[in-house]
Amino acid sequence: MSMTDSNWLFVSLFIAIALVFPAVPVVAARILGPHRPNALKNETFECGMQTVGDSWVQFKIQYYIFGLLFLVFDVESIFLFPWAVAYQQMALFAVFEGLVFILLLTGGLVYLWRKGALEWV
Amino acid sequence: MSAQQIVFLVTAGVIVISAALVVTVRNLIHASLWLVITLFAVAAIYVQLEADFLAVVQVILYIGAISILIIFSVMLTRRVMADTGPQRIPQWPLAAVLALLVFGGLAYLLVQVPWPLAPNVDVSDTVLALGEAFVDPNRYVIPFEVATVLLLVALVGSISLALPERESD
Amino acid sequence: MPEFSFGNIAVYAYDMIGWVLVSYGLDPKLVVIIQKFLAAFLLANFALLTPIFTIWLERKIAARFQDRLGPNRVGPYGLFQSFADILKLLTKEIITPSGADKVVYFVGPILSVAPVLGIWVVIPFASTMIGANLNVGVLYSVAIGGIGTLAIMMGGWASNNKYALLGAFRAASQLVSYEVPLILALLIPTMLAGSMGMQDIVLAQGTWFVVYAPIAAAIFLVSSLAEIGRAPFDILEAESEIVAGYHVEYSGFLFAIWQLGEFLHAFTISALVSVLFLGGWRGPLADLYPILGIVYLLAKTYFVYFITMWIRATVPRIRIDQMNNLNWKFLVPLALAALVLVALVDKLLPASLAGSARAWAHFASNVVLMAIVFGMLRTESRRLQNLSAPAPVAAAH
Repeated sequence: MSMTDSNWLFVSLFIAIALVFPAVPVVAARILGPHRPNALKNETFECGMQTVGDSWVQFKIQYYIFGLLFLVFDVESIFLFPWAVAYQQMALFAVFEGLVFILLLTGGLVYLWRKGALEWV
Repeated sequence: MSAQQIVFLVTAGVIVISAALVVTVRNLIHASLWLVITLFAVAAIYVQLEADFLAVVQVILYIGAISILIIFSVMLTRRVMADTGPQRIPQWPLAAVLALLVFGGLAYLLVQVPWPLAPNVDVSDTVLALGEAFVDPNRYVIPFEVATVLLLVALVGSISLALPERESD
Repeated sequence: MPEFSFGNIAVYAYDMIGWVLVSYGLDPKLVVIIQKFLAAFLLANFALLTPIFTIWLERKIAARFQDRLGPNRVGPYGLFQSFADILKLLTKEIITPSGADKVVYFVGPILSVAPVLGIWVVIPFASTMIGANLNVGVLYSVAIGGIGTLAIMMGGWASNNKYALLGAFRAASQLVSYEVPLILALLIPTMLAGSMGMQDIVLAQGTWFVVYAPIAAAIFLVSSLAEIGRAPFDILEAESEIVAGYHVEYSGFLFAIWQLGEFLHAFTISALVSVLFLGGWRGPLADLYPILGIVYLLAKTYFVYFITMWIRATVPRIRIDQMNNLNWKFLVPLALAALVLVALVDKLLPASLAGSARAWAHFASNVVLMAIVFGMLRTESRRLQNLSAPAPVAAAH
């Protein structure tokens, strides 16, 4: 069994435990606690008002835009991780190649800023 | 059967079942949650191939980013709970035949082609090797830089599509 | 038979269990699985039970910040308050709101705790003690932490409540936004250590990375605070606006699980800051007696945890537009600038300059960058103060 195998064995065992552990007290609470639901109690909480209309309403596009921004920046920064790992072994010009990458990323950020995509309106 | 094979079969089973559920459940949010499980199981396959970096990136990008965006867009664009339309298109038998043909072709290729094995290189630190390959002028420096330009274009395009029109002021 | 050493007693116990089981004739592969399972079980227990103490600590310290006494009735100094709370919560009814998506509703909180717990896999407790020394440790912690966002969306969506859904939306957009400076800040320790493995990063910190890169450390701390969604970044559960956000419908122990996740997350990011920037288990004699490493790591973790509590007790909640501006117009550009700075300075410094002298050279360059940034901020705030019309109020959502 190689080193990586035993590492990931630990990870998978741990994640399995991590999923079970929080569920145990919930099940225990379900057994120990009372369980008497009624229509009034189960109503959704809306500051004492009756719920108007469907709960699954549509929201602002702004949330989606920030999601898109995040996705692109996430992909770009993950590209930089192998570069960062190899950084110590690199010559100066190779570092500059990474810096060009970062500069293009910054250019994108500046464009968005000027375009007004970073404003919360 | 070795332990490795059992683990692989279980993961593959999870992928197939959850992927089938993605396209068959009616509730779109449930479909995207099943998709998360599919993607997670694919990451597990990468781990079994000793591609640690790819596995982690799969989780960060596909589960942490793309699936969240999918859920966002599902919630933003339509009334998820009120969808009662038909789930099948009328041409489904034709599509099934086509899908079977493609599957058969791929399976045939898989069995017939003598797949070359990579030479047994030392894979102690794949990330380091990847990083060095990214900046090596003889290897991937051009794709590395082009990737960022491509992402930039994607960013600009998606923002101009999604950004609401401003009233001129 | 493994050799006994007091300084390394945990590893000795681990090896001893393996040796005993093998000598009983068990398959060595099975023994490894048993050993790993026991270690994982212990680690998970340690991580999950810590919040019982930190919740008491936080209530006590927050009370002192506000000139109160805090819990002081159950046990000495109110130490057993958390146990009383647990007993109470265990006997409370778990109410499922009508129209809720039941399975997703139950899985949500559990999935919020599990990933935070998962981060503990890559935290090195001592030179010989780490759950799994993955060579992608840094990215692993980001990846597994990102699943928490999904859990919040699940909880908010499944509750069949507009406030909950709104809270989930706010949460998701805040958590994903702050992941960008978080990841960019993580690039700097990776670069300095030349590895993504947590153990390698600790070993590279002959001088703590907080000296090499104070800006990165600060960015990491601030964006981590946003990731846990506590004050000042708690618009996702702002009581006065959206009641309690994504967990408004949760009651009884399911609600407690959300809270457990939050407190555990706060403790976990403190541990991450200690490992990445404060030298982790390093300290006097920690190489000789690995068991000391645990003490050092926990001491540093509680110190960082105290800072997070301090910030929580001091800074008021920021608005959603301020939250976005702070991220995209301040932290992200600053992180990019700090990244370029560190990459250039480290290559331009002569190789002969080693050890703490090199670290302080980095520190000086960081201070210069910070001075420039503060100068720009000052100019900008003067400009805003001199504008005649007040800035428009942000829309409600």
